[in-house]
Amino acid sequence: MADAFLYLTLMAYFGATALWLAFFVAQREGFCRAGAWVLAGGLLCHTLALARQTWVLGYLPVATFGEALLVLDWALVAVFLFLSWRFPIKVLGALAAPLAALMVSFAMVLPPGPVTVSPLLKSFWLTIHIGLALLGYGALTLAFLGGIFYLVQERQLKGKKFGFFYRRLPSLEQLDTLNYWCLSLGFPLLTGGIIFGSLYAQHTLGRFWSWDPKEVLTLIAWLIYAVLLHERLTVGWRGRRAAWLAIWGFAALFITFVGANLWVGGYHSFASFLKAP
Amino acid sequence: MNLLLLGVNHQTAPVALREKLAALIPDAAAAYERLKALPELLEVLLYTTCNRVEVLCATEDPETARARLQEFLAGNPEVSPEVLHEALYVHRDQDAVRHLFRVASSLDSLVVGEPQVLGQVKEAYRAATKNRATGPVLNRLLHKTFSVAKRVRTETGIGDQAVSVSFAAVALGKKIFGDLTGKTAVLVGAGEMGELALEHLKAQGAGRLIVANRTLERGLELARRFGGEAVSLEELENQLLHADVLISSTGAGDYLLTRDQVRAAMRQRRQRPLFLIDIAVPRDLDPAINDLDNVYLYNIDDLKEVVVRNLEERRREAARAEGLVAQEAVKFMGWLSTLEVFPTIIALKEKAEGICQAELEKTLRQLGPLTDEQRRALEVLTQSITAKMLHDPIIFLKRNHHPKKPHQDLDLVRRVFNLDPDRRREFGGKDKDEG
Repeated sequence: MADAFLYLTLMAYFGATALWLAFFVAQREGFCRAGAWVLAGGLLCHTLALARQTWVLGYLPVATFGEALLVLDWALVAVFLFLSWRFPIKVLGALAAPLAALMVSFAMVLPPGPVTVSPLLKSFWLTIHIGLALLGYGALTLAFLGGIFYLVQERQLKGKKFGFFYRRLPSLEQLDTLNYWCLSLGFPLLTGGIIFGSLYAQHTLGRFWSWDPKEVLTLIAWLIYAVLLHERLTVGWRGRRAAWLAIWGFAALFITFVGANLWVGGYHSFASFLKAP
Repeated sequence: MNLLLLGVNHQTAPVALREKLAALIPDAAAAYERLKALPELLEVLLYTTCNRVEVLCATEDPETARARLQEFLAGNPEVSPEVLHEALYVHRDQDAVRHLFRVASSLDSLVVGEPQVLGQVKEAYRAATKNRATGPVLNRLLHKTFSVAKRVRTETGIGDQAVSVSFAAVALGKKIFGDLTGKTAVLVGAGEMGELALEHLKAQGAGRLIVANRTLERGLELARRFGGEAVSLEELENQLLHADVLISSTGAGDYLLTRDQVRAAMRQRRQRPLFLIDIAVPRDLDPAINDLDNVYLYNIDDLKEVVVRNLEERRREAARAEGLVAQEAVKFMGWLSTLEVFPTIIALKEKAEGICQAELEKTLRQLGPLTDEQRRALEVLTQSITAKMLHDPIIFLKRNHHPKKPHQDLDLVRRVFNLDPDRRREFGGKDKDEG
């Protein structure tokens, strides 16, 4: 895990965190621009670190929790930079950058990857399954962070108490639109990840769906997001409810990612990657 | 070069005096004609805002200039010199610069942070340039002033706090909708505050304006004034489906809209956010409406509280702005002193080169024929000696050891190197034959 690129990534993400927090407090455009560049530099190092490991190992390194965390972090930063390049969601960096920095830190202190892994993990299709799912996680994590901001801002406007955050957070409309963008980017990605995984399972294990704990939890999260997207499009759910659903959906994803891998068995758990099924 | 600023403002002079002084200005061309005729004033700028009359000049002789300007201001026969003397403040150099920065940044205003004053200073500057009354120093100073005012506005929160009820409503609307362009605003009932809020909304780009009034004629009249539509009060519930912002100011006694009515409307609006402003006393809108999702209801007391808090915030921000302004004033004075440092450096170099050239020619004549290389070597020798000799005095000048008295060093160097031969008598030097 100790990789020079990874250390650079870590430094860049912490640097970006400092810049973004400075932007949040001082509200100066320059900090946020600098933060975006530093974050982009970090993403480049991150990409190189992952590429190097993939090259050395011969597969995308997701066999341990630490490795998977690193890939998820990459997806989060990539999606954030992509969205902030297209849409005015600057302020979200104040949450996304620290989260990215913490995730890299965790990934670096967790035990290194195994020497041998199941050959199933080396498949190209599996890489697609994981890649799509984690990019989806990235976008939906941003929806969650935006949801927190929405609830904070909404509370101030409803309660008519204007504190530190009122001036610094964007308008409700912008935060709600952010929820929609992240959802409409993350939901298809997550769906694609599930479909590819299920096709791959059919190909290798002979069944599309095995009610593995991780599959069940992902299905719950997927259903939450499906309900949110559906209600958004049909009856115009928005605002507080949308923010809460994004938070609940993320909670389900979080349990899926952390819990199912660490505490529950099934063929998605990291322990099972080390042996052939 | 000195800067001198004289003036009266709302703190030192009653409005009657300010009016009389301002009466000097309406004809800017004539005023500048008289000011330019004063030989002591190198550059001059005259400006009035609602709360002040001030004149700023660049001069080499501040004492006389001050007396002349005082005479000028007392030129109005109705202004007695004693009263004027009482109310007049005089700022010099850095204080003058800081004062101008404070005025343009609206730190010296009655309502700190009001945005109009910068425009008034700009307008006055335009008039001064049109009359060719300003020069390099004031031009630079005024451009700096505009950029300082802009910095104060963007880097401190002095201007972004709404300090009137109607503007507070607009600011809240922006936090809900992000952007008010194209939004539909409904005004229920006539009344000064409601109309003011509608005007603000229109200035922010609100698209459709609808006026609902009990008497249709009054509604039609208002609608005509704002370029909107008039509807009858019975249609209010219907209008709720299109409105983004609704300002209610009838004070009819009964609730115009109840929670259930608004809830039904929200379902039909597909939950598009709705911003309701109830400035009527007694209230027009059921306070329970605020419990509904995506509906934000503010009454007059809520808005007033926002204003009170904003005023406090503004005072805090003003303190930050003062620091920024003071810093910029020091920087400007630094520039002003280098303005005079550079001619001195050039004069110093020219003098040295002149001596060099004269001595070189003399020596060459005595040495007889030399090769080109030898000649060149001699030239380089003299040049490098003078360059090295002058290096330290130039650094000394540029470093400016006395920021508060930038002229002290400059004057010293000019005297030591005798750069102003015609000033010799001032310090009792004697002419001596040069070489």
